[in-house]
Amino acid sequence: MAKKTSLYEYAWRLPLILWQGLFFVGPLLLMVAMSFWLVRNYRMEPDFVFNNWDRMLSRDYFWNAYFVTFWRATLAAILASVLAFPASFALAFRASDTVRRWAVFFLIVPFFTSYLVRIYAWQVLLAESGPLNAIIGFLGLGPFTMLNSGFGAMVGYMTLVLPLVVILQTFSLAAIDKSLIEAARNLGANPRETLLRVIVPAAKVGLIIGFVFAFILSFGDFVSPFYLGGSNPPTLSILIVDTTKSGQQWPRAAVVAVMMIATLFVVAFAAVAAAYRKRS
Amino acid sequence: MSHSKITLTRRGLLASAAGAALSAPMVNRAWAADPVTINMLAWYGHAEPDVVEEFEAENNVKFVPKYYAGGDNMLALIAQSPPGTYDIILSDAEFVQQLNAAGYIEEMDASLFPFDDFYSAYQKFPGHWTDDQLWSVMVRFGLLGVSYNTDALTAEEAMSYNAFWNPKVTGKVGHFDWHLPNMGQMSLLMGNRNPSPFDISEDAWEAVQEKTLSLKPQVGGYFDYGGTFSSLKNGEMLAMCGIGDWITGVLQKDGAPVASVIPQEGGIQFTESYSIGKGSTKQELVNKFIQYMLSPRGQLRSIQMAAYPALSPTKSGWKAIQEANPAEAERSGLIEGHAQSPIRLLEEQRVFFRDIPQQQSLEDWNDFWSEYKTA
Repeated sequence: MAKKTSLYEYAWRLPLILWQGLFFVGPLLLMVAMSFWLVRNYRMEPDFVFNNWDRMLSRDYFWNAYFVTFWRATLAAILASVLAFPASFALAFRASDTVRRWAVFFLIVPFFTSYLVRIYAWQVLLAESGPLNAIIGFLGLGPFTMLNSGFGAMVGYMTLVLPLVVILQTFSLAAIDKSLIEAARNLGANPRETLLRVIVPAAKVGLIIGFVFAFILSFGDFVSPFYLGGSNPPTLSILIVDTTKSGQQWPRAAVVAVMMIATLFVVAFAAVAAAYRKRS
Repeated sequence: MSHSKITLTRRGLLASAAGAALSAPMVNRAWAADPVTINMLAWYGHAEPDVVEEFEAENNVKFVPKYYAGGDNMLALIAQSPPGTYDIILSDAEFVQQLNAAGYIEEMDASLFPFDDFYSAYQKFPGHWTDDQLWSVMVRFGLLGVSYNTDALTAEEAMSYNAFWNPKVTGKVGHFDWHLPNMGQMSLLMGNRNPSPFDISEDAWEAVQEKTLSLKPQVGGYFDYGGTFSSLKNGEMLAMCGIGDWITGVLQKDGAPVASVIPQEGGIQFTESYSIGKGSTKQELVNKFIQYMLSPRGQLRSIQMAAYPALSPTKSGWKAIQEANPAEAERSGLIEGHAQSPIRLLEEQRVFFRDIPQQQSLEDWNDFWSEYKTA
């Protein structure tokens, strides 16, 4: 028999529901509504027209920016997941509890400082006249163009997401029942088979959640593609800024934002479905 | 004749001191009443101390700035505010007509301003007057041409917009991220001078777009105000479209190897003008401030503004900078007959006022700019 939820329990759930309603669902609905409004004499006026959708979705520059953003976010998520895994594996299975705690602490430390400040620091480091090129110069190579390029933007994405992905992967790997690994070895599995057939499937949820977080953060990031990528080419977040600057077209910017959110929903739901899919 | 002897007793001294102490706040309040607040809408830098502190001190006023970036942003801020929010508005000249058409600015009294002191080309600036009604007063201007790293290009090489296609700057050409000055320069390169690089036919517009797209392989990035400064200063960009001395002039003072020239195809002039906000209750003070800014003292501050330097439209402004800072007058060409004198360049038809597109919509130009950026 299903247990009846008491008023007391509802009262405890209410703040979260209110919070989500006020600060997520409400603004989201407003943004969707705004995408049908019009701008007249630099003022937004409520309306219900499809002009903004028609205009933005029929422009090549929107789709160019869309695919660039999607590709870069996918690449950043793959790169972060691959780069993070060896470190996460070592922390989960090789490091002592003390070392793991300190490592997690140091992975959290970067979040103490502003992301923008860290990106400004990368601007100095990646410049042609910067320290990295100076070191490369000692080896008789370079200078290489790293700033205002796709490479620069990717460095920024890694700055944003890599520590988080390592933490998520580490927690996920550390939570695996060690007896499963021992059983696999006792049954004759070599290290590679143990990794691919036991460890990765057992940590699948955490690994996919790490990937999804890396994708979401990179997909919506403005700072790295702007300050390290030189807006060349622009991503969707840069396109939003450009659209609002030009003619104060907030409704057209809302179209871009709604498309971004729709994409993130699809990716997130697909990833969660994959993560929790039962093995056949 | 009797002498009244004044004796200073301890009680008397205390009473006098107490009286003085009690009356002091009243005296102070009368002498230093709260300053009158003037709300200014402007590009960054115009209400900073290096520009307004002298006027503030002399007139017991305090400027409260709201800074914007771009004419669209300015129009939106005014549109979203009630009348009387802004007492003084500094706008780019090409947006004055839109301010006037929307009823955002007050008519001004032309007799209050020293137009006789203006060089004749600036006395009746386009869009600032309707017949004899004055709506805005030009206060400063600057020239946009080829800005470049002097270690990468020679002055001769920079004397054409074709410098942006020079293999020496491949991947190192930056754009100031605003379509008007960039497309204006491309239009000049395509020979659209008569009547203006902004007044071009559809065929000419097509040609301008094609030429601009051919620059894409050279481009290293698109930058805002801060990014333009840093990318030129650290050598990441070796040439920059859409800017001029208002950026490189500041960097030169820092010792950066950069310069700007007006190329043979011609340059674009940006113009900044003051208007009085509709419904302002402080019009008298605002007029006084504009008079101050047009005086030699004000023009000196404007020419040498810390945020970005500019040129003077008045003869007395030129004289003042020649006397106060001959090196700056020489550097910026504020000397009659100088090779880079803005008046000479204007007379030789090598400078064109920046404008909004006349035969296409602003949206068309902006759309192309977005396409170009993602190409």
